[in-house]
Amino acid sequence: MIPVFPHAMPVEGFVGGLMIGLAAAIMLLGLGRIAGVSGLAARATGLADTGAPRVVAAAFILGLPLGALIVSMFTGGVVTHFPDSPLPLIIGGLLVGFGTRLGSGCTSGHGVCGMSRLSRRSIVATAVFMGAGFATVAAMRAGGIL
Amino acid sequence: MNRAGVALIAGLLFGTGLAFSGMADPQRVQSFLDLFGNWDPTLAFVMGGAMIPMAIAWVIQRRLDKPFADAHFDLPGTSRIDGKLASGAVLFGMGWGISGLCPGPALADLALAPGKAVIVVLAMLGGMIAHRVATR
Repeated sequence: MIPVFPHAMPVEGFVGGLMIGLAAAIMLLGLGRIAGVSGLAARATGLADTGAPRVVAAAFILGLPLGALIVSMFTGGVVTHFPDSPLPLIIGGLLVGFGTRLGSGCTSGHGVCGMSRLSRRSIVATAVFMGAGFATVAAMRAGGIL
Repeated sequence: MNRAGVALIAGLLFGTGLAFSGMADPQRVQSFLDLFGNWDPTLAFVMGGAMIPMAIAWVIQRRLDKPFADAHFDLPGTSRIDGKLASGAVLFGMGWGISGLCPGPALADLALAPGKAVIVVLAMLGGMIAHRVATR
């Protein structure tokens, strides 16, 4: 536990991060591909014309909820806190879907895979979407909707 | 092992990591982005942890002619920085801040909070369809 940030989970976060990185390493060294969730989701649903074979993309995407389900079963439940209103989920989801396609990646593709590759493109993308995220939440807080 | 099997194992491990790390909780992710509120640094530890296996994987990748279970590497370029990249990242970041969800956790949450996650995932696919229509 970090005294100043009592809610933080540094150990679980780091260990979970290692698993995510190992998963991305399996995609890279096993299949020669970036473990970019937005791109694979678009490919699995037929919304992208290039990328991984559809069956490969679909198998990866299917693994995400199954993996979460396994953790939930072994730990007695994974806590999630969602907003009561569907509005932030709808607006946020639309922006995430459109933005990740336009910007060719999300936290996994640009953030985890691209930054560890020292890709200039991904470092810029990650800095921009993190900055936009910080600014958006700050604006929500200033506007009293958080 | 066939390619779909490898991808399923990678997806399983990825989803396990998301749920174990606390990143499946949109409130925790949003708290990382909330610098002026009750800031939660957990996401930085997740990112740091994920970088380690991947940094090693990139070193190994450079020594390989082809991946272990496929015919060739199919990797994007690393240098092109344009308006599409920047504006896409801005829109994604805004949506990430508003909802606390990026694509991986949204999909993983289909198993943990299906009623809420299905709304985000459908909206996300709607945004992807809108992009496809707009750029056709």
